[in-house]
Amino acid sequence: MPNLTHHTLPNGLTILLREAHSAPVISFWLAYRVGSRNEPTGRTGISHWVEHMMFKGTEQFPAGLLDREIDRAGGQWNAFTSMDATKYFETLPADKIDIAMRAEADRMVNAIFDPDETESERTVIISERQGAENQPTFWLQEGVRGSAFRVHGYHHEIIGDETDLRAMTRDDLYQHYRAHYCPANAAVIAVGAFDTDDMLARIERLYGAIPASNTPDLFVRAEPAQQGERRINVERPGKTAFLELSHHAPAAAHEDWLKLKVLDAVLSGSSGASDNKTSRLYQALVKTEIAAGVGAWLTPTIDPYLYSILVTLREGRAPAEAETVLLAEIERLQTNGISDDELRKARKQTRAAFAYSTESVTEQAYWLAQSFILGEVDWFDNYADRLMRVTADDVLDVARRYLVARQRVVGVLQPIDAQEETTSA
Amino acid sequence: MTTRRASIPNASNIRREALDNGLIILVYENPAVQSVNLMGSLHAGGIYEAPEQSGLSSLAAGALMTGTASRDFDAIHGALEDIGAELSLRGHRHKVGFSGKALAEDLPTLIDVANDALRNPVFPAEHIERLRGERLTWLQYSSFDTRYRAAKAMREALYPACHPYHYSTYGSEDSISNITVADLEAFHHRHYGPRGMILVIVGAVDAEAAIELAGAAFGGWRAADQPAVLSVEAPGDRDNQQRHSITVPGKTQSDISLGIIGPARAADDFLPAQLANSILGEFGMMGRIGKSVREDKGLAYYAYSRLGGGHGPEPWTASAGVNPENVDRAITAILEEIERLATELVSDDDLADNQSYFTGRMPLRLESNEGIASHIHSMESFGLGLDFLLDYDGLIRRITRDQILAAARRYLNAKDMVIAVAGPPHDDGAH
Repeated sequence: MPNLTHHTLPNGLTILLREAHSAPVISFWLAYRVGSRNEPTGRTGISHWVEHMMFKGTEQFPAGLLDREIDRAGGQWNAFTSMDATKYFETLPADKIDIAMRAEADRMVNAIFDPDETESERTVIISERQGAENQPTFWLQEGVRGSAFRVHGYHHEIIGDETDLRAMTRDDLYQHYRAHYCPANAAVIAVGAFDTDDMLARIERLYGAIPASNTPDLFVRAEPAQQGERRINVERPGKTAFLELSHHAPAAAHEDWLKLKVLDAVLSGSSGASDNKTSRLYQALVKTEIAAGVGAWLTPTIDPYLYSILVTLREGRAPAEAETVLLAEIERLQTNGISDDELRKARKQTRAAFAYSTESVTEQAYWLAQSFILGEVDWFDNYADRLMRVTADDVLDVARRYLVARQRVVGVLQPIDAQEETTSA
Repeated sequence: MTTRRASIPNASNIRREALDNGLIILVYENPAVQSVNLMGSLHAGGIYEAPEQSGLSSLAAGALMTGTASRDFDAIHGALEDIGAELSLRGHRHKVGFSGKALAEDLPTLIDVANDALRNPVFPAEHIERLRGERLTWLQYSSFDTRYRAAKAMREALYPACHPYHYSTYGSEDSISNITVADLEAFHHRHYGPRGMILVIVGAVDAEAAIELAGAAFGGWRAADQPAVLSVEAPGDRDNQQRHSITVPGKTQSDISLGIIGPARAADDFLPAQLANSILGEFGMMGRIGKSVREDKGLAYYAYSRLGGGHGPEPWTASAGVNPENVDRAITAILEEIERLATELVSDDDLADNQSYFTGRMPLRLESNEGIASHIHSMESFGLGLDFLLDYDGLIRRITRDQILAAARRYLNAKDMVIAVAGPPHDDGAH
């Protein structure tokens, strides 16, 4: 895509700007290079909890004020903590964006972390985790990740372990905030209806005065190579069985990642364009009535993560049946590769998905923020072009190197019987 | 100001064509994008099915793309997926809705497949069985979902068994198991037709060309036996608070659903009620309920209220997810806020804040093809007039504190709320 302005302030803050006058709105993002990947044992969930505390106010913008002001302006705002990053955004009518720019600059350094608010939020965070626990697949995902990563921070859920959520203190949170929320570890991203020179000048005024600090020493432990297939079983009350088949995958910046993305488009069709009922896995598992659904995920991450396939079994069908079919499909891929038609379809779907995802300024800004986090600010801009260059031979090659038993984790969620009761008054 | 008015979809920039078979086509050109959206509806929702066949409309809608007279399952989906296009059809309470998107160059394919699926389905038996199995799996999974179970229990208690809203539009394991191919064919034959159907096209298209394309596809559709459009009345008044508790094994959090009958979109006081709901459980990170339950008391990750506002007497609801030991405190806090809204005038600040929120959010909602199509569809479907968005600021700004109190007082009575809780065991006094 054209039109990207990339600038770095003397204090180390990265600025990415893209003018887009399709609608009178601006999406403004602050992305910090810290996520659950950087959390040691005992501090799991701390990045996400800090994200919550950022909504508890500063002296200049007390808690609740921004909720009110941004809603009054008809805007949206929110934040996301991922494995690799913590991102904050506001999308507002163009003439109202100033408050977002000022507020993000202020809370980069002046968040209060009031002790009472911290305790109140502890209950909210634990409630968020318990809400997730109500979904049986949460336990399966947690089990598979924990099995796939013994050393690296990708091994725990972003929400954190409950024992850590109960033990962490306000000072732990504040220390994490002070260590990681600084210009050299962050990027400002804006997409929308503004004049680039004017926007750059405004950002320099607001963020240029924030003191520089050293780039934080991020906690990262490299995962040693897996030495054989791993299997986990999870039992939860319910009626529905699930199978997850995960393989270790490369980092998003690695040249093999996009080749696996094309492989995924052929296998599951999850290129973002549609639910792909003509994909190989739908045809092999859902159309044959073994499964009620199948999906796959190849998440773009800083460090090598997973390519995961999740199968929802129909009643009376066993996870082992689905596993046999999945392994046969993988073997077919490793033996025969993909056809020219499948490659052509994957390319067209990518072009369409790219068009859909650039309709809104919020999505454009999200992908710029994600590209910054991945270490290549043009990662998403070049995504479609690079994907078009992937060949059928490339797909065959990555199928043979990555989808192998030694790099595999198999997870089974087996439903178990349980009684329920109903009362009324 | 001129620029802003010109960019708002209105009667002067929406091309509207009424075909002689009753179909209404609306097209809005959005040259800023590369894609096109298709959105529409027809009167074939769940209210047209018998109680023992709940889910029939939804299953029929889901089955439209399993095979047509000229395309089998793979041909239908291949036509779309080969070009990265999407099309989905869903049965709702009153209508069947459809929604799709494609690159602008592929609009002819999108319209062709939508026309084929809506008019010529053959409901192949083997695909119906597969679809039935998928629905049953979803229903079985949902029976262990505490949020789903709380909302279902609330809805079934709020609407008596003689009312169509008592039943899930997705059906039950019993009803879905018993629906036959003949039932699907009969439902489609009777209820699908162009009269009352709306088709909205938004994107990088030429309006005249798009009208011509859609007209050529759908113009020949005739369905002489289409029944009259049904309306649904609210159930009779209740005068007691009910509380239902469902213990779902293996859970760590309880989900709470409170409900009462709310206004239909066509009600005179819908907009004041919508503002009241925003104050109650939406504005500024979930309104007064969010402030009390989440921010002040730290009881929940989520706590909010919703006003349905569809074609009939949808429920006005409040929901929260809390630790089992906090269920009673959360319910009490929510009921206090409902009681307060129904008995006290909101402040001038509350009114001004929420008026600004409603009017200010419009540019964001009109940013994407899908957002524009959704608003145009609503204007046509609810008879608001195509200049509704031009008049919107004035309509919202003229709402008074007295009107908000009157709407809250009319619909929200804390003593008549139906309350349902689903989660791990806890002592809630409901025996």
